[in-house]
Amino acid sequence: MSISDTEESRGCPTMGGPVAQKGAAADPSAFVRHEDDGLSHLDLLVRGARCAGCISKIEKGVNAIAGVQTSQLNLSTGKLTVGWVPGAADPGIIARTVADLGYQVSPYDPGEAEEERDKQGRFLLLCMAVAGFAAMNIMLFSVSVWAGFSGEMQENTRSLFHWVSALIALPAAAFAGQPFFRSAFASLRKGKANMDVPISLAVLLALGVSLYETITGGEHAYFDAAVMLLFFLLIGRWLDHRLRGQTRLAARELLSLQSATANRIEADGSVHAVQARDIAPGDTIILWPGDRAPVDGQITAGRSDVDMALVSGESAPGLVEKGDFIRAGMVNLTDKLTVLAKARTEDSLLAELTRLVEAGETARGKFVKLADRAAQAYVPIVHTLAVLSFVGWILVGAGVHHAVLISAAVLIITCPCALGLAAPAVQIVAVGRLFKRGVLVKAGDALERLAEIDTVLLDKTGTLTLGKPRLVNAADINDEALELAAKLARTSRHPLSRALADLAGPGAVAKDATETAGHGVEGHVDGVRVRLGRADWTGVNDADQQASGLWLVAEGRDPVHFIFEDALRLDAADMVAGLMARGYDVEMLSGDRKAPALAAAADAGIKNVSFELTPQEKIARVEALVRDGKTVLMIGDGLNDAPALAAANVSMSLASAADASQAAADMVLQGEKLLPVLTAIDISRAARGRILQNFGFAAGYNMVAVPLAVFGFVTPMIAAIAMSSSSIIVTLNALRPFKRHTPS
Amino acid sequence: MTALIYLIPAALFLALLGLGAFIWTVKSGQYDDMDGAKWRIFIDDDQDDHIPD
Repeated sequence: MSISDTEESRGCPTMGGPVAQKGAAADPSAFVRHEDDGLSHLDLLVRGARCAGCISKIEKGVNAIAGVQTSQLNLSTGKLTVGWVPGAADPGIIARTVADLGYQVSPYDPGEAEEERDKQGRFLLLCMAVAGFAAMNIMLFSVSVWAGFSGEMQENTRSLFHWVSALIALPAAAFAGQPFFRSAFASLRKGKANMDVPISLAVLLALGVSLYETITGGEHAYFDAAVMLLFFLLIGRWLDHRLRGQTRLAARELLSLQSATANRIEADGSVHAVQARDIAPGDTIILWPGDRAPVDGQITAGRSDVDMALVSGESAPGLVEKGDFIRAGMVNLTDKLTVLAKARTEDSLLAELTRLVEAGETARGKFVKLADRAAQAYVPIVHTLAVLSFVGWILVGAGVHHAVLISAAVLIITCPCALGLAAPAVQIVAVGRLFKRGVLVKAGDALERLAEIDTVLLDKTGTLTLGKPRLVNAADINDEALELAAKLARTSRHPLSRALADLAGPGAVAKDATETAGHGVEGHVDGVRVRLGRADWTGVNDADQQASGLWLVAEGRDPVHFIFEDALRLDAADMVAGLMARGYDVEMLSGDRKAPALAAAADAGIKNVSFELTPQEKIARVEALVRDGKTVLMIGDGLNDAPALAAANVSMSLASAADASQAAADMVLQGEKLLPVLTAIDISRAARGRILQNFGFAAGYNMVAVPLAVFGFVTPMIAAIAMSSSSIIVTLNALRPFKRHTPS
Repeated sequence: MTALIYLIPAALFLALLGLGAFIWTVKSGQYDDMDGAKWRIFIDDDQDDHIPD
């Protein structure tokens, strides 16, 4: 299949993603880097790519640009790295090429914190590899020692094997144990004991005792147990890190919203693309149709429709002209605007919302994970046991050497290997399952929080409703009139035009179509002048003019009225009923006016409704509920919902939502359906059950193994077998499929 | 038992070889794009060459 520039080849070939508006790409010139290899490099964040077709299309498309030497798309992070001979290619053309293929594209600005975390992921992987290597090789010698225990192995051979084990184990543990030692040390300095304290103690004590045994030619060495412990725990750590990687992805999208570029008019009249954060008050910038305002400002020239959905949640665009103020985050739709910047990016509304989001996320950080709660109860018990068995053995007359050996065995056998694997393994499985059902989970502990909710708050526009106008009277309009209207509508970015164009599908456009901001589109089709727009502009004499309607007027035909409505999602009422059946309190928080809010609530079956709320009032409502001891799930989509999403105990957003809301939410529903909310709740409850079950297994294992250790029956071989079998049981239990709870 | 003198170093050397190979894969970024790798096998880069004009 060849890739041509037709409408059909735009966006993801599997049609899973949102198709970006054609040509909507900021000029990324300000983000170009020059590197040692003599090439200019640019990183772009591409959204909507999700399959082989996307990789191939984007890389081939970019490679086809004259001068481009390399292009590499990372599908996991969405980062497209392009390299070209300096001066040979234009970064603006590269970005536009990707945008023309139907993907949303913005400059990629990773930030320091994120790069640091990437390094941490690699380090964990390296630690895991070293621990795995060491564990396997020490086992080679340990198994020989155990096999020769009945006397076939001479003492000096055993001693040699212990020495070789020590030579592998000590450096390996020193390297691979770093994540635990550091975390334990940091926690002890704060006067607390986290799960890494007993882990570090067990590893260090086991290594110390074994080294002593090796030097004195003793029988028992626990090198294999100490390193295997690290290996299993590092698997759990790495899984956990990968889960959190998805949160990073979302945070980056919020950053990309701010790292946009702007076209600034310099003193000499030339126009330059600069980073949005370099815009100072007093600068004059140009907003082309499709551009998002980077800062708050006042319009000095031009007249255009502006999409405010991102800022206020209102779905109808507003008309702005000279003298009007626009806020950061609003998108220019129809005509070129010249704007005088009134605030820096960090003082803009967008930045303030981002700060509110961050504040909410900090508050949410107080949530204590199940595994940590288990560790808080577990750590003191384990340490008391180890001390008690040491004292006990001294009291019954054993030597210090023997008593230390026993307490080391107790620490090794009780080490929370299974605890470290129990939660991440279950969460990885649950997250993968939800992904298949169309729910993207960004944080592993979000599942734990979701399982504990008792109150659900819903936004109206874009959440319960589609958030997009939909043609209501499609049955009254014939195909020919629709196609005629679509020829004009395809040229416009206005939401009503987009709705018509989407309905009619791809096709031809009127050649000379011109758009008048706030009124409509005009053009010629087959030599006939056609107008599509407001009643008074098209010349229709309509007594009760519908605000949300378009008129199609052409010479020689009757005017056609297109009526639009923001309809409730098809499964909204089912979802609300499902939530109530599960015993949750359901409440609607809307920024919209009273009448539409009450109407939508009645249709969806919700009794508690608040309307005309500002973002601050939405947060206040969430916080009031949390203060009353409720655990709140917030589902919303607009930028005005983002702070409330961050303030709630757990939050969900939709794929069509504002980037900031998707970034603030714990989970994102892919697609237009709401019923996956119920699936997510059911799976999170099942996952919580499975985690507790795993803790139960771990506890049961300890009840058998601890008495053995305390009374001195645990040899290195028993420790190794017990530890690996408990870890394997916990992992297998996590992989067991979940039962389906969702009634179909 | 004298065989151990060279068997032990040989075993360790082979294992180190594996470890070294793994570290190389990490350093060369082969785990950076876990989602993209599985899709790339479907891209038929050489396909165009076989289709006569």
